[in-house]
Amino acid sequence: MSIEVLKPGLHTSIQDLGRVGHYHLGIPPSGAMDQLSLRAANLLVGNPSGAAALECALMGPELRFTEACRVAACGAEMVPKLDGERLPLNEAFIAPKGSVLSFDFVRAGARLYLAFGGGIDVPERLGSRSTYALGGLGGLDGRALRAGDRLALLPCSSRIPLRQLPEQWRPRFDAEHVLRVVPGLYEHRLSPAGRERFYAETWRVASEADRIGYRFKGDQPLEFVPREPPFGAGSDPSNIVDACYPIGSIQIPGGAEPIILHRDAVSGGGYATIATVISADMDLIGQLQPHRKVRFEAVDLPTALEARGAYRKRIAALERHFAPD
Amino acid sequence: MSARYSFAGDEFLFVELSEEMKLEAFFRSISITDRLRREAVDGVIEICPANASYQVRYDPDRLDGNRLKALLERFDTELAGNRQRTLHTRVIEVPVFYDDPWTRETLMRFRDRHQQPDATDLEYAARINGYDDTAAFIEAHSATPWFVSMVGFVAGLPFMYQMAPRERQIQVPKYLRPRTDTPRQTVGYGGCFSCIYSVRGAGGYQMFGITPMPIYDPAGAQPHIDASMIYFRPGDVVKFTPIDDARYEVLDAQAARGEFVPRVMPYVFDLDGYERDPIGYAARVKEVFA
Repeated sequence: MSIEVLKPGLHTSIQDLGRVGHYHLGIPPSGAMDQLSLRAANLLVGNPSGAAALECALMGPELRFTEACRVAACGAEMVPKLDGERLPLNEAFIAPKGSVLSFDFVRAGARLYLAFGGGIDVPERLGSRSTYALGGLGGLDGRALRAGDRLALLPCSSRIPLRQLPEQWRPRFDAEHVLRVVPGLYEHRLSPAGRERFYAETWRVASEADRIGYRFKGDQPLEFVPREPPFGAGSDPSNIVDACYPIGSIQIPGGAEPIILHRDAVSGGGYATIATVISADMDLIGQLQPHRKVRFEAVDLPTALEARGAYRKRIAALERHFAPD
Repeated sequence: MSARYSFAGDEFLFVELSEEMKLEAFFRSISITDRLRREAVDGVIEICPANASYQVRYDPDRLDGNRLKALLERFDTELAGNRQRTLHTRVIEVPVFYDDPWTRETLMRFRDRHQQPDATDLEYAARINGYDDTAAFIEAHSATPWFVSMVGFVAGLPFMYQMAPRERQIQVPKYLRPRTDTPRQTVGYGGCFSCIYSVRGAGGYQMFGITPMPIYDPAGAQPHIDASMIYFRPGDVVKFTPIDDARYEVLDAQAARGEFVPRVMPYVFDLDGYERDPIGYAARVKEVFA
């Protein structure tokens, strides 16, 4: 049972929920940027929610099935077409033997999750099948898909009926998004005016937005507090002695463009981080297209924990919805 | 001793021990993080020591962040009196082909992002650090041992701190804008740190040379690297040895066949001994290979 990659799309990689425990040596978690959509696609085809699936950024792949296969697509609005015929998103379907699956242009969102009955069969590396392309690790030979690749699937035992994903678990694509952050880390390096403007500004997603980090453009650079650099930090006011970067942390090299580190993050470096996106809002970033508008809202830790609780309840309800009776 | 604790989102606690780089702060970071690892606290997911700071990832559904903070403060206080001053580690010889054709070709492509477009990174670093020429600078870079004070950025990249009195340490700024390309196993420099790029990719450090020694092994093809895929650990001591192109070819071919064998000696690093006499101590480190 395998799938032939006819066209790879813009950047399509194998992802599951990611690997934990290797960040201290520089290996980031990887895994789906929009974890809820990955879970939903897997559950629709009867897989465990953390099975390996395809994450397709901005432009979908073209695939041919050598055997009939259960398929579901969730996340970005990229309408699937089976042998040219349009199918609904967020609904499981059977791709017959020999059929070709392709996608329309993306209408909203940035990443589509494509799950196959059984899940993709690549070896687990450090406990996960996720691709970490910068480190050449996991997935298929540690890289994004190419034309001519073949994907093997694990045996599919599920016979669950073909169902739809209820509206409440689909991502929302607003004109302007608010990302909630906990201020801290090296925030004191920003001038009061710089700090104020970081939260007041409407930022736009830059074209350099990928699994490592999302870059944003604003009107003018943010100001850091001038200082005599501490030994080893480097001369720019935004430099620090190289330290760890939390997943979701925001740095502003030279004050020019904020960068949010995501699931393929560099684990540390010499730029001052000024806040961290709360875990409940990380999925949202994975669905941001270039040029989207974003504002940052400062919240305290109790608010972040409350949002985390709500996110976890949403996931638990999703799992229950698809649990066998 | 002061420390700055900062919650980073709902899953990370970040702790800065010193704003400036010093080995004392690294040892403090290692003592606290080792203690936390030994205690095996439920809810602690990941412990990341860095140069003069550290970070803990935790699951707030199992461990309250403020409890974790109180625990770390207690460890720091308890350890203050008898902080770890020695480290059982190893000295590793890293052969370096300085001024090699690959980093030279790469740096030429990014001259517009450099402080001095009409010089190479080595020429620039030699000049601003007061060396007569690149040969004297390479001599200085390879003469002292280096202390791995952090592993990260990308998979397995070591940050190395020079074992020399501060006034003699090499310092160079990073590129004005980061490059989009750096050859794999480039020996780089930024701030007061040397590094070895473990994978090809973006980078902002000045480029001095390249090592044939594999340091990251996702394919499991290198016998000197274990299942973690990463060769270096914080606390490792590194000695750079300049090699020429012929020697590079030989060692690179060995690495390609999975037959590269690094020279490594067990070693006990003594912080007090080093701080009393950095120059003499550094000279003695090199004798382990004599």
